[in-house]
Amino acid sequence: MSYPETFRYTKEHEWIAVTDSVATVGITWHAQHELGDIVYVDLPKVGTHVDKGRTFGSVESVKAVSDIYSPVTGEVVEANDALATTPEQLNADPHESAWLIKVRIESDADLAGLMSAAEYTTYAGAES
Amino acid sequence: MVDFGGWDMPVQYSGLLDEHHTVRKAVGLFDVSHMGEIEIRGPEALKFTSFVTTNAPEKLKDGQAQYSGLLYEHGGFVDDVLVHRVAADSFFICVNSSNQEKDFGHLRGATASFDCEVEYASPKYAQIAIQGPLAVATAQPLTETSLAPIRYYWFVDGTFAGVPARIARTGYTGEDGFEIYVDPADAVVVWKAIMASGAAHGIKPCGLGARNTLRLESAMALYGHEIGPSISPLEAGLSWIVKFDKGEFIGRDALVRQRDQGITRKLAGFEMRGRGIGRDGYEVHVDGVAAGWVTSGSPSPTLNKNLGLCYVPVNRAAAGQKIEVVIRNQSVEAEIVPTPFYKRPQ
Repeated sequence: MSYPETFRYTKEHEWIAVTDSVATVGITWHAQHELGDIVYVDLPKVGTHVDKGRTFGSVESVKAVSDIYSPVTGEVVEANDALATTPEQLNADPHESAWLIKVRIESDADLAGLMSAAEYTTYAGAES
Repeated sequence: MVDFGGWDMPVQYSGLLDEHHTVRKAVGLFDVSHMGEIEIRGPEALKFTSFVTTNAPEKLKDGQAQYSGLLYEHGGFVDDVLVHRVAADSFFICVNSSNQEKDFGHLRGATASFDCEVEYASPKYAQIAIQGPLAVATAQPLTETSLAPIRYYWFVDGTFAGVPARIARTGYTGEDGFEIYVDPADAVVVWKAIMASGAAHGIKPCGLGARNTLRLESAMALYGHEIGPSISPLEAGLSWIVKFDKGEFIGRDALVRQRDQGITRKLAGFEMRGRGIGRDGYEVHVDGVAAGWVTSGSPSPTLNKNLGLCYVPVNRAAAGQKIEVVIRNQSVEAEIVPTPFYKRPQ
């Protein structure tokens, strides 16, 4: 699996892409693969404040439920509500159409320490 | 891959849902070599097997198997097992992977007054399960043994894919199928032969994930979930494997007391009414008050509902009873329903 070069990645298998201080957050191909067939996606409402390292939602597959952690602190400006009715899209297209939330970030410092695509590829490969 | 009691086992191959549907509609292959085996041999093998299990091995004929329980004196489960009668003086017991050493110790400790020996036989056997409506079609070309006449819960010792094998018409999926015991050295050859034979039938390898959803739809117990040391067979809805009239057996006195006094809790099936999946360990409430717990829960791929099994007070266990399952701090509506959730078309 190739991971987009423009994204940054967390140890909890989220990806983040930042444009003009708005971060789009999703889970990685590796994460959806490990979870298997996804049946529920629970996301916060627009306007919710999320904190770096704290859970903001959950993704549930047939076999398990998994918390999703925010890689950044800020306010949710958009949530991908289409996933409520088509959760399987998260298995099909985790890096593009099945993004989870968009967050207006408060500090670019939150992005320090996140992994590059190459680093994450090694990290995810070592785990499986 | 996950670590399952020290075994590296795949949770899924092609995907849990795909594997699940393949077993219901065609045929799937499971490597269940992690399961343990214990052999009991000697002049008093039958008498001993009856003393340590809840069901009645006296009723078995050569080549027949039965589901049974190993209990502690207090009536809780040591394990749930499959007892096979190889001969009057030889029994073969298939036990749960994570319990095999405990089971062996339990059985060894009970042999003192019986003329028989108990052998820890797990290293001698790999087990491969072929499950699904096309199991016979897949397996028949690989053996001289005529498979169709083998009845459910009977077995034949023969050859399979060219190697010695015990072919049992048993399974843990609710479908027709076979569990095949072979020498571990032959397991890879047998696996490949079955995959090749089943290719025309759409066979797929299946992992632990599908094994769990398949057994749950059929409401088959899983040790550590529906049953365990603090649960008795009467509570688990398994009175049918308890034969009080066969005579003495370990745990009988406790079960007689429980039967006479009446059980207070009972295993029941539930179906989620609200949004969410009640998973094992979640609390069950009735009328807002804590009343029990979920033992297993999952989306049912066949029935397209969120199902589960739970312990609730006996007077709250009837079909139609409204319950709530506490899912991440929220009470979600559910309802007690009859089990099994799924029964294969005859």
